[in-house]
Amino acid sequence: MSIEIDRQKCVGCGRCRDVCPGTLIALDTEKRAYIKYPRDCWGCTSCIKECPVCAIRFFLGADMGGMGSRMYTEKHGDILDWLIEKPDGGIVKISVDTRESNKY
Amino acid sequence: MKTEIIKTDILIIGGGTAGCYAAVTAAENSDKKILICEKAHIRRSGCLAAGVNALNAYITEGRTPQDYADYCKKDAAGIARDDLLLTMSERLNAVTERLEKEGLVILKDENGKYVTRGNRNIKINGENIKPLLAGMVSKLPNITVLNRVNIIDISVTDNRVNGAFGIGIENDVFYVIEAGAVLIATGGAAGLYKPNNPGFSRHKMWYCPFNTGAGYAMGIRHGAEMTTFEMRFIALRCKDTIAPTGTLAQGVGAKQINAHGEVYEQKYGLTTSGRVYGTVAENIAGRGPCYLQTKGITHEREQSLLKAYLNMAPSQTLKWLESGTLPSEHNVEIEGTEPYIVGGHTASGFWIDADRATTIKGLYAAGDVAGGAPQKYVTGALAEGGIAAHSMLQYLADGISGTVSGDEISQHECEITHFLSAGAPPYSTEQLEEAMQTVMDSYAGGIKTNYRFSGKSLDEADRRIVQLQELSDSLRAGDAQELMYIYELRERLTVCRTVIAHLKARHETRWHCFAENTDFPERDDEHWNVFVNSRFENGKTEIILRRVNSP
Repeated sequence: MSIEIDRQKCVGCGRCRDVCPGTLIALDTEKRAYIKYPRDCWGCTSCIKECPVCAIRFFLGADMGGMGSRMYTEKHGDILDWLIEKPDGGIVKISVDTRESNKY
Repeated sequence: MKTEIIKTDILIIGGGTAGCYAAVTAAENSDKKILICEKAHIRRSGCLAAGVNALNAYITEGRTPQDYADYCKKDAAGIARDDLLLTMSERLNAVTERLEKEGLVILKDENGKYVTRGNRNIKINGENIKPLLAGMVSKLPNITVLNRVNIIDISVTDNRVNGAFGIGIENDVFYVIEAGAVLIATGGAAGLYKPNNPGFSRHKMWYCPFNTGAGYAMGIRHGAEMTTFEMRFIALRCKDTIAPTGTLAQGVGAKQINAHGEVYEQKYGLTTSGRVYGTVAENIAGRGPCYLQTKGITHEREQSLLKAYLNMAPSQTLKWLESGTLPSEHNVEIEGTEPYIVGGHTASGFWIDADRATTIKGLYAAGDVAGGAPQKYVTGALAEGGIAAHSMLQYLADGISGTVSGDEISQHECEITHFLSAGAPPYSTEQLEEAMQTVMDSYAGGIKTNYRFSGKSLDEADRRIVQLQELSDSLRAGDAQELMYIYELRERLTVCRTVIAHLKARHETRWHCFAENTDFPERDDEHWNVFVNSRFENGKTEIILRRVNSP
């Protein structure tokens, strides 16, 4: 389980690097973020939620039953959309209203 | 690395749940200078990085703080401190209301009352709980935050704390911090044992993998009294993703069943350790895998569950959706994690008084590093941070300030220069870390042995951990981050030795799995209804037994 950062989309703001609780993300010489220690990711998705340009994808390793999907978020006001991109190109979206509590 | 000296009234080591709340409390009640040193960034660091979807420690209507304290003590089979549990419990609701005032979303009924989950829990949207806490810190001008500064040691002379030493991971600065009072709020220790997924996903674990037991190690090194390290915590989790099971067990009432569909949880007791033990026992008996029975829940409940996990453990929602094993159609497989040392769930940690003062003068502990008060959860850690803040202010009222000696500074500078110097170590830090986890897994009651150990296996564990400690002297770092990894490994090795000594000292099995001693498989209330404490002195861990007060 880890993350991937899309170099083309990255704008070099460094917010993902700042919030990573494990200090696992670095900026390269052209100020593009990359995951320096991919095996040390906790899967907290802080970086994904902080990225202003949706450049970061989260995935499960095959060792924990991953099937090749990628997950990312988009924020629209109070709504946090979680999107799962499947290997066949299909997308599942779950919208969470951040003003609403968990029900369980 | 250049050296920088900073002076402050209060130093808080670790800007997580307890640390942030302690800083806010101290700043709101005084004009003292407060410094938080955080090895990551307080916005998303520590246990709450991903968020949390319930507050598990709350005094619901008709219940009292004493009820909560009694529950904690019972779950810990009597090894817990009444004074610590009660002072914590009395503050659980006040800290909850404070968080709500700061913007935490809490579920309410039509009369405006919190909706409860069981007897002690309330439901929230806690995805942003850490940014909220960090926001409270940033509004207060007398708090300074040094992000990406990893504290490697505290300064102690004549059993009094004077400050701490740290390394700036991004700016290559060696920090000497002089402080009148110091709060340790570094969290517990993960990564001592081989994890569930030791390969690519090795950090997909229950507890924050970046909590390395730094605070415990600093205390142990300077002879602070520690308690109950033998009461390890093992969480019952969803298989592979290591996501929480409480949301399924308490939220939708899912029972623990074996491969034959039989509900087994009643057979082994419903304590935290009993739930793990039952799952292990059913697997050993050939009745695994085990599951939480979610099959048949409504579509609406399933949708709520998918959202609830996104606010806390998004990998579980991803797993359900990408593997096509939705909880309404498939029961959720469960397993026990590797053991952790974590005072927010069990009673392991610094031996403290009701003021949260450790046995070193001027040094306080709150949250997962503080012992004696299990089942703290988020609100308990906040409560302890608040109590510790008030105690530090009282301690500083006499005008105490800290001074670190030049000898101590140069001693630490030398050590850092050694690790940063050129050299050809036989092994990397990563290799020694894996070796440590293998030793603990094999000989000190890891997953491999179904959490069981014996006196003989613990002797072997200790022998090998000492060897690894010696090998760790030869490690070298290419930059400040690698230097931090060397210190983290050495902290874990220090904690491992204390865990081994404690496991060896308790001649009974009081908690299944948490401390499953094959030499003494029964609980022995006549002799062992006591705290096992320890002090590290002259290279040896001295065991001290202390009486448990009757309620």
